[in-house]
Amino acid sequence: MKRIPYYPGCSLKTKAKHFETSAIEVARALDVEMVELPRWNCCGAVHSLATDDLMHHVAPVTDLLRVQELKQSQKWDDARLVVLCSMCLNVLKRTNKRVKDVLEDRNKINDFMYLEETRYDGNVEVVHYLELLKEIGFDKIQEKVTKPLTGLKVSPYYGCLLLRPKDIGIDDPESPSIQEDLFKALGCTVINNPLKSRCCGSYHTLNDKALVAELAHDILTSAQKAGAEILTTSCPLCAYNLDQRQKEVLNKYPGFKPIPVVYFTELMILALGLDKNFAGLEKHYIDPRPLLNCKGENV
Amino acid sequence: MMEVIEVKLVPIFILSRRFEVPEGSTIITAMEYAGFKLKKGVGCREGFCGACASLYRLEGEYKLHGGLGCQTVVQPNMQIVQIPYTPSPKAIYDLEKINVGEEIFIDFYPEIYRCLSCNTCTKICPQDIQVMDYVQAGIRGDLELMANTSFDCIMCGLCTARCPAEITQYNAALLARRLFGKYIQKKGKFLEDRFKQVMDGKFEEGYTELMSLSKEDLKKRYFDRELNFSIT
Repeated sequence: MKRIPYYPGCSLKTKAKHFETSAIEVARALDVEMVELPRWNCCGAVHSLATDDLMHHVAPVTDLLRVQELKQSQKWDDARLVVLCSMCLNVLKRTNKRVKDVLEDRNKINDFMYLEETRYDGNVEVVHYLELLKEIGFDKIQEKVTKPLTGLKVSPYYGCLLLRPKDIGIDDPESPSIQEDLFKALGCTVINNPLKSRCCGSYHTLNDKALVAELAHDILTSAQKAGAEILTTSCPLCAYNLDQRQKEVLNKYPGFKPIPVVYFTELMILALGLDKNFAGLEKHYIDPRPLLNCKGENV
Repeated sequence: MMEVIEVKLVPIFILSRRFEVPEGSTIITAMEYAGFKLKKGVGCREGFCGACASLYRLEGEYKLHGGLGCQTVVQPNMQIVQIPYTPSPKAIYDLEKINVGEEIFIDFYPEIYRCLSCNTCTKICPQDIQVMDYVQAGIRGDLELMANTSFDCIMCGLCTARCPAEITQYNAALLARRLFGKYIQKKGKFLEDRFKQVMDGKFEEGYTELMSLSKEDLKKRYFDRELNFSIT
């Protein structure tokens, strides 16, 4: 099995556990072993944009340094760092780019981290799990599909952090297709939502539920108008805002029809015929199981 | 005739005032030699109680060091201050009633989620604990890692005094160790058995005998007991 270092991030150990369990199990089925970093900390959660604020880059650099240490101490089939959470990916990649490009910043951060035995050199490569799947090949994945999700109308949602800024994003920021290609391979009917890369409201969810409910309403109804029955995401915060905030959406728009929002890996578990306990389909505010059972699943 | 021992004196600065103290003294003994009466900021003098947290800088260095007053030997021109106490929030809880989940600290020490991973806590820790690592473990609900990583903590409070995110690391870690011990760690049957033996009075006779011994006999017993160990 091909071993690759893996960074989970805090959400995948708390609110989005099933994103992790499903992704690891799917990877295993595709002959990839995701090896969690033995030491890691929060990625920083929000990328600091102020040019003179280096303190907030210490967290992601510390994580990248842990990968560099692993690269030096062990042999890897693939020594890149694979990440699942869109936000962790974004923060890690952006900081990585900055400290690789700007020597002065890299030196300052390394000087600050004087307890570490080695200095970070900027050479760790960060990839998203979806990119890894694309490299494996959607045709190869299709060959592994034992229970195609025929007739399931899936609308992939990207949000901001997988796509923007352009030099960090994993796909075309205007017209992404990586999830679409995956779902076609799984046998789904892919529904294009014009708002698939609209912001979900992010951390506004903490102090302005109404704003986030409004955004969620727009995104979800836009998908529904296009014919979607279910949305997918790779971001625990998007998932929270689009799923949990449906409570507030319903309060404001009583005619709104709830729609399930799941991690793309959960559907992969089903299509690849893996143990459905890894999918954690029961962990959603809007339960996707009635819909999936309607489609011939037994979950 | 009284024996006179010559001791070399070295200059140090306590609270910015210069004193000459015997070379090789610890911070605590140096302060007492200099005339300070320590009521707070000193405890076991053995490096276990954490009461004598001190900050110091060495001559010609920009770094601020943390150390235990009873374990840190003074160096010439060292600047010293004691931080015997750090005001900190202390959650009140009933261990029996805690529902242990991944986000346990939201209820008791929510400030730990402010951690920036700057590692300032680890830099100051006199016990060489990976403080930031255990705070991060707590954030993601890994109580076992948090408990094990913080195990050597003596709660001196220096991490808390220095933390830019104003976290009370040591109190959060104490909660983690308590929860780990109560709910997660495997229970040893031997402890239960021994507890039962104690409660059943198995050792009453032995205790009664020991209590009746004179100090001299007790000392003899103690040292004989030590000698029974083979130290390799």
